[in-house]
Amino acid sequence: MTAVAEVMDYDEVLERFDPVLGLEVHVELNTNTKMFCGCANVFGGEPNTHVCPVCLGMPGALPAVNGKAVESAMRIGLALNCEIAEWCRFARKNYFYPDMPKNFQTSQYDEPIAFNGYLDVELDDGSIFRVDIERAHMEEDTGKSLHVGGATGRIHGADYSLLDYNRAGVPLIEIVTKPLVGTGARAPEVARAYVAALRDLLRGLDVSDVRMDQGSLRCDANVSLMAKDATEFGTRTETKNVNSLRSVERAVRYEMTRHAAVLVGGGKIKQETRHFDESTATTRAGRTKETAEDYRYFPEPDLVPIAPSREWVAELKAGLPQPPWVRRKRLQEEWGLSDAELRDLVNADALDLVAATVDAGAKSDDARSWWVSYLSQQAKTLNKELAELPITPAQVARVSALVADGSLTNKLARAVVDGVLAGEGEPDAVVEARGLKVVSDDSALTAAVDEALAAQPDVAEKIRSGKVAAAGAIVGAVMKATKGSADAKRVRELIIERCS
Amino acid sequence: MSELIRLSAADLADKIHKREVSAVEATQAHLDRIAEVDGAVHAFLHVNTEGALAAAAKVDEQIAVGEVASPLAGVPLALKDVMTTIDAPTTVGSKILENWLPPYDATVTERLRAAGIVILGKTNMDEFAMGSSTENSAYGPTHNPWDLERIPGGSGGGSSASLAAFEAPLAIGTDTGGSIRQPGAVTGTVGVKPTYGTVSRYGLVAFSSSLDQAGPCARTVLDAALLHEVIAGYDPMDSTSINQPVRPVVEAARQGATGDLKGVKVGVVREFRGEGYQQGVIDCFDAAVQQLRDLGAEVVEVSCPHFKYALGAYYLIAPSEASSNLARFDAMRYGLRVDNGALGELSAEQVMSLTREAGFGPEVKRRIILGTYALSAGYYDAYYGSAQKVRTLISRDFTSAFEQVDVLVAPTTPTTAFKIGERIDDPLAMYLNDLCTIPSNLAGNAALSVPSGLAAEDGLPAGLQVMAPALADERMYRVAAAYEVARDAAQGGPLINRVPELEAISR
Repeated sequence: MTAVAEVMDYDEVLERFDPVLGLEVHVELNTNTKMFCGCANVFGGEPNTHVCPVCLGMPGALPAVNGKAVESAMRIGLALNCEIAEWCRFARKNYFYPDMPKNFQTSQYDEPIAFNGYLDVELDDGSIFRVDIERAHMEEDTGKSLHVGGATGRIHGADYSLLDYNRAGVPLIEIVTKPLVGTGARAPEVARAYVAALRDLLRGLDVSDVRMDQGSLRCDANVSLMAKDATEFGTRTETKNVNSLRSVERAVRYEMTRHAAVLVGGGKIKQETRHFDESTATTRAGRTKETAEDYRYFPEPDLVPIAPSREWVAELKAGLPQPPWVRRKRLQEEWGLSDAELRDLVNADALDLVAATVDAGAKSDDARSWWVSYLSQQAKTLNKELAELPITPAQVARVSALVADGSLTNKLARAVVDGVLAGEGEPDAVVEARGLKVVSDDSALTAAVDEALAAQPDVAEKIRSGKVAAAGAIVGAVMKATKGSADAKRVRELIIERCS
Repeated sequence: MSELIRLSAADLADKIHKREVSAVEATQAHLDRIAEVDGAVHAFLHVNTEGALAAAAKVDEQIAVGEVASPLAGVPLALKDVMTTIDAPTTVGSKILENWLPPYDATVTERLRAAGIVILGKTNMDEFAMGSSTENSAYGPTHNPWDLERIPGGSGGGSSASLAAFEAPLAIGTDTGGSIRQPGAVTGTVGVKPTYGTVSRYGLVAFSSSLDQAGPCARTVLDAALLHEVIAGYDPMDSTSINQPVRPVVEAARQGATGDLKGVKVGVVREFRGEGYQQGVIDCFDAAVQQLRDLGAEVVEVSCPHFKYALGAYYLIAPSEASSNLARFDAMRYGLRVDNGALGELSAEQVMSLTREAGFGPEVKRRIILGTYALSAGYYDAYYGSAQKVRTLISRDFTSAFEQVDVLVAPTTPTTAFKIGERIDDPLAMYLNDLCTIPSNLAGNAALSVPSGLAAEDGLPAGLQVMAPALADERMYRVAAAYEVARDAAQGGPLINRVPELEAISR
């Protein structure tokens, strides 16, 4: 076990140092097929079922570029205000690793398809931080290794490893920022806000599932510190395996405090790859390499250069959707939200879900209420992202409609939602199976009312004497007896009727 | 010896299509010949007797109902073991792929099958097509039918020897630095490297991606042209494949065979003679040039000043690409796995190292090391980068030469076939075999070798190389076909008829 590293108090870090960030985000595209072959590009699946001679690196097999992936890469570049290369190429990045079928990764190197852009990121206080984008380039994903046995689940010390090449050749876009300076104390927040903004942008472009938990959006955070009087950047570390927005923020913060403690203690930061541990919110060093990796990049001779015409670029640019922040403003107006309400919606990651629910026919207030309160609580309980809940906006809209037409009470509606979340099927099927229809059969209700009145004769007497307000206690009893399936308004009417 | 095996592919196809002989009979005749002489020649690594006879029977069935898949339907062929075949092992002459049965057919293989061409088996080659003699095959060398103590050229020595031994009338080769043309020259057969990008590389186990090109091998220019039209054409599975109609090479070969080259301008490459060239090879070449003049061609001398740097550039580019292409042989998914019986105790990296140590031969290792070094940080610009610049200069030499002439000619190789073992310990001497062929690989243009007679001092075949601009392959076919007719007239019949009778040594 590695010893827990010394860290410095965060405020003290900022008194002595300025942080410099660099963020590398890998995005798996949601194209139908892989980057260089016709295999299905889907998450999961039985191991080694979405493979062919090309993505298995069989002798003699050759790559052919997925045109849709190139288009997605260009749209991403344009949405990030990048220039699109008039001519670019793939290169081979050579290194040996068992889950990389060819033992080289086909990736763009010094000739990326998009470069020199920026993304304006809104911070919690509403201020804007401009993140400069160095480049966005195309590459292919590797397969996955599963290391079995050993203590750590890592290759070192494992008894054996299993290889799954389903992911090998999935199209990836790597988006690299320029060094971000001037963030000060807000470095962790900027990192989180940038990844969040990027995620929104990519979701709006419909180019990726952007699921951090499934690895379709992955962030590597480079962090270094500069002493207040320094003129050059400090040595950086690259933290990998940062699988949620919260982790991005925590990883940056942790590395800042760790670097500061090392530097102040007279030590040196090793330029290395570190892994973020979600459970402890700390980082640990990856396997250190004795020699610097030499990837021996050279232009991929099996592929021809890509030279997108300016007409194509202009066409893609014209077809870009509204940027998320513009769309947010529009929805805020349409739905009549305050700034605070909008922020709550955005912070809960519910904006797109609410919009989709509204598109499916729900009123915006109802849709908002479902996603921001009840469903957000369920997500928290299940330790899932809101969007990962097994319920669709269309299903939420259907439940909302059933409440609106009086078929369900709010309480029953929550039970229907629980049923959907539990995998019991569509809302109407849950209503049917669980018998959750509002009881509107007066004979059944009348019996329940009579029973409740008989059980509380003193209250019944008060009602009969004209103290109608006392009916509340009987309503409560009836609702309890009918397990909430009764329409409270009708119950009240029946009580008055029986007591008059 | 059955007379069927001495026929040209065109004549054999004619007999089969007229039902004078069945495809099965033709195939069986060649299988018998292989059984009889391949023990001495060792052209084949694998003979697919059952598959070949089944394919031939299918062609006969089709012909019986009036369907002829292609002008070569029913004709047997020897396939270089670098092309994947779903029904026969593909070893690339290497232990690392011993017994590997590919899960897919190469595009060339598919096209051959679709054309009704009968694949007899897979031919021997230098390991991963690295060599000029087949001595680098992990399965032992191939012997030259003209003199069994000599090399048949390489890397496609198995394919060329099978033609010269009458084991097959057609063969497929691949040419990265001369691996079709040089074996053609030293076995007295025809070998063609088409324009880069006109024959799909999908399923061709890569040596050097930017140089590898498959092509036809045959005993006559017309046969090569017929095969060329079967295998060429756009393939979306190969991104470097050119989306253009196949050049009319058969028509050009037939036109050339009329013996008229009036109006054709032929350039003799000045740089390809002098020290290192065998006198008999130069004499054959000069006689060939005179025959081209006699056929009406205008012959001029042309200078290609950068060709002298071609060999150096080639031995940086090809090994660099090879070092990357051959990285996939890591014991994880296919091929050899060496674990010394201690799999549970070894890391993946250790198994990889042991496998590559045992599975690759010395020449392959030499080139992987050379290429890895040439691509390394700090050396890339000086080696790989400079080599690419030389490549550009060579292309420009060709461009300016083809502004002056229609085709270029040169000897295919500086010498005739040398003795097995003679150059095996001297890689640089071995590399000189490809001096005249490499420029066309670097530039990507078309080039072929056609037999140009026997060298006086050793009685062994020499080759005339004809080079054409990219996507003008038909020009070289016309010139070669015209020359072939004139040569046979002057020398009293086809050169290949003078190959000695082989003593039967069965496999």
